Amino acid sequence: MGYNMNLKLKALTKSIWVFHAATSPCNNCDIEVLDVLTPRHDVERFGIVLVGSIRHADVLLVTGVPNYKTKERLKRIYAQAPQPCLVIAVGNCACGRIMFKDSYNSPCPVDEVVPVSAYIPGCPPKPEAIIAGVVKLIQKVKGQK
Amino acid sequence: MPIQDEIKEKLKDKITNWYEHSPKRIYFSIKPQDIKNVASFLFIDLGIRFATASGQDTPKGFEILYHFSFDKTGEILSVRVLIEDKKKPEIDSIAPIFVGAEWIEREIWEMLGINFVGHPNLKRLLLADEWPQEQYPLRHEHES
Amino acid sequence: MSHKVIVPIGPYHPLQEEPEYFRLYVEGEKVVDIDIVIGYMHRGIEKLSESKHFDQVTFLVERICGICSNSHPFAYVNAMEDLAKIEVPERALYIRTIIAELERLHSHLLWLGLAGHFIGYNTVWMWSWRYREPVLDCFEMITGNRQHYAMMKIGGVRRDIEEDDIPQIKKMVDDLVAAVDMFKGAVMDDPVIHARLKGIGILTKQQAIDWSVVGPTARASGINIDVRRDDPYGVYDKVSWNVIVQKEGDIFAKTVVRILEMYESISIIRQCLDKMSKGEIDANVKDIPPGEGIGRAEAPRGEVFHYVRSDGTNRPIRHKVRAPSYMNVASNKVAAVGGTISDAAITLAAVDPCYCCTERLTVIQKDTDKKIMDGWDLIKLSQEKTERLKNSIKFKV
Repeated sequence: MGYNMNLKLKALTKSIWVFHAATSPCNNCDIEVLDVLTPRHDVERFGIVLVGSIRHADVLLVTGVPNYKTKERLKRIYAQAPQPCLVIAVGNCACGRIMFKDSYNSPCPVDEVVPVSAYIPGCPPKPEAIIAGVVKLIQKVKGQK
Repeated sequence: MPIQDEIKEKLKDKITNWYEHSPKRIYFSIKPQDIKNVASFLFIDLGIRFATASGQDTPKGFEILYHFSFDKTGEILSVRVLIEDKKKPEIDSIAPIFVGAEWIEREIWEMLGINFVGHPNLKRLLLADEWPQEQYPLRHEHES
Repeated sequence: MSHKVIVPIGPYHPLQEEPEYFRLYVEGEKVVDIDIVIGYMHRGIEKLSESKHFDQVTFLVERICGICSNSHPFAYVNAMEDLAKIEVPERALYIRTIIAELERLHSHLLWLGLAGHFIGYNTVWMWSWRYREPVLDCFEMITGNRQHYAMMKIGGVRRDIEEDDIPQIKKMVDDLVAAVDMFKGAVMDDPVIHARLKGIGILTKQQAIDWSVVGPTARASGINIDVRRDDPYGVYDKVSWNVIVQKEGDIFAKTVVRILEMYESISIIRQCLDKMSKGEIDANVKDIPPGEGIGRAEAPRGEVFHYVRSDGTNRPIRHKVRAPSYMNVASNKVAAVGGTISDAAITLAAVDPCYCCTERLTVIQKDTDKKIMDGWDLIKLSQEKTERLKNSIKFKV
């Protein structure tokens, strides 16, 4: 599994800087995102780096269900991102809100707040799925250029 | 003396109902105006830990259950109060007795609209500032 | 002239810019007050519960928190079984206990890693998360998923542990002992960590009682409580294990409690795998009578409390959930005050806030209301302090 990633990622020459924004997730997706940095998956060797500021990011990973407090924040974060910035919705909550869609505190799904370029479903998606999703998106974008 | 007997004896003029669901789950009712005395007795005199409180909208009024956990035996003693006035519900705050009750009273206030008299910091805990003032999500008439 | 400065503490994990969660008011280097703002994770789960039927609620509460995703369903099914006085088959109780202790292992390792990161020991982070992976592999083998195991069911468990899987679980647990030994040695014997964590972020016993804290946070302050022993559920009363208590109440004590608890978890899992009875795993519950039930579980962070009320229909009419971090995070009001900004990040992380309860901290200049630092900065400050300590101890030795 890991070796297929190796081949695909070798094709990418640019290192991807990723900013992670959480909008009321249960944090499982966030842990799996952090997990991709750890020795088993270790995406840093491919140049995928988690950055601390949206201003340096190429890709915005969003997890969770936006609620009234985090919806505005997500909009603000996206507005500060240098364009083009690709948005990836990670996890079932970010993709479609699942069981939280009827909640009084959930006004809308992520893709009504920011334009989403890729959806990585899963509850939570495994680290391999997250890497595969990011890679697929980058390849697609590169293919279009 | 087992803790249940001690409570029954010391609070006998305040307890209006006593229900033992199982050996470790006791529910007893008191009048809302006695909550400070009862909470103080349970927490300070008997050293029983405050676990949490749950507020509920019922046809008869707003019911609050204060859950106390006696860790030496694993018993949970839940104190039930019924606030019958649904137009202007209020009860004394127990946060001045132990600070661990501050957050849960704020939450019950914003979810059900019950005023906690004497609370040091009664402001929103979970809901956004833009959330409309008179809308209480856990009340049954609230439409989402 | 010293004016009060507000320090917003940054994220527990590397992101976040706003909104503030913890506002630290500082004078010079010292924290004098703290304002805690929560609600960013609020999804209205208690209300949602009322519109789901009892079996669906198990899946809903699993997603309250990802790290202790087993503890909430465990407490919930305990509440329902209390309500309806259901007797759960013994094998199911063993399986539940094994899953709960595996979860404690992965959660404490996760915390160890993040705490290491906060004080600048990034190798601790990488190693502890690396050792966490085999635990997650076990979960995947038993339940099909690394997190959100969906094992709990009212009256039993949804899946059995196959006989063929048991040797692998035993091996994983055996291998983990060596890893925990390594972490224990690394933490308990390192003079820099002693200097960094001892005497920092103290929560006294009386403060812990007043704030009604639970879990390792309480046990590190000398309060001998543990739901597994006090109000037994699962098979905790059928296996022998110890409750770990420390007296000092500082961050070092909290770290020691968590590390030693890992040994206890390993022991409990081994005993359960050996003693596990054969038989049914489900009581096949059909109806829930009207009534009230209270269920608790000792999550890695402390007592999870669920109260459920039923009116005889197939949905709860009230479901109250109280996570342990609700009590523990609030106590930061006293634990962080009196310390310095460089200790703030690790103090706030020491209660092991359920990730989804914590978000960010900010440091603001009180008089001018200007934000001067964010989470990244605070973690950096914390890591820099460790460097300084390392250098000063090097010179002394």
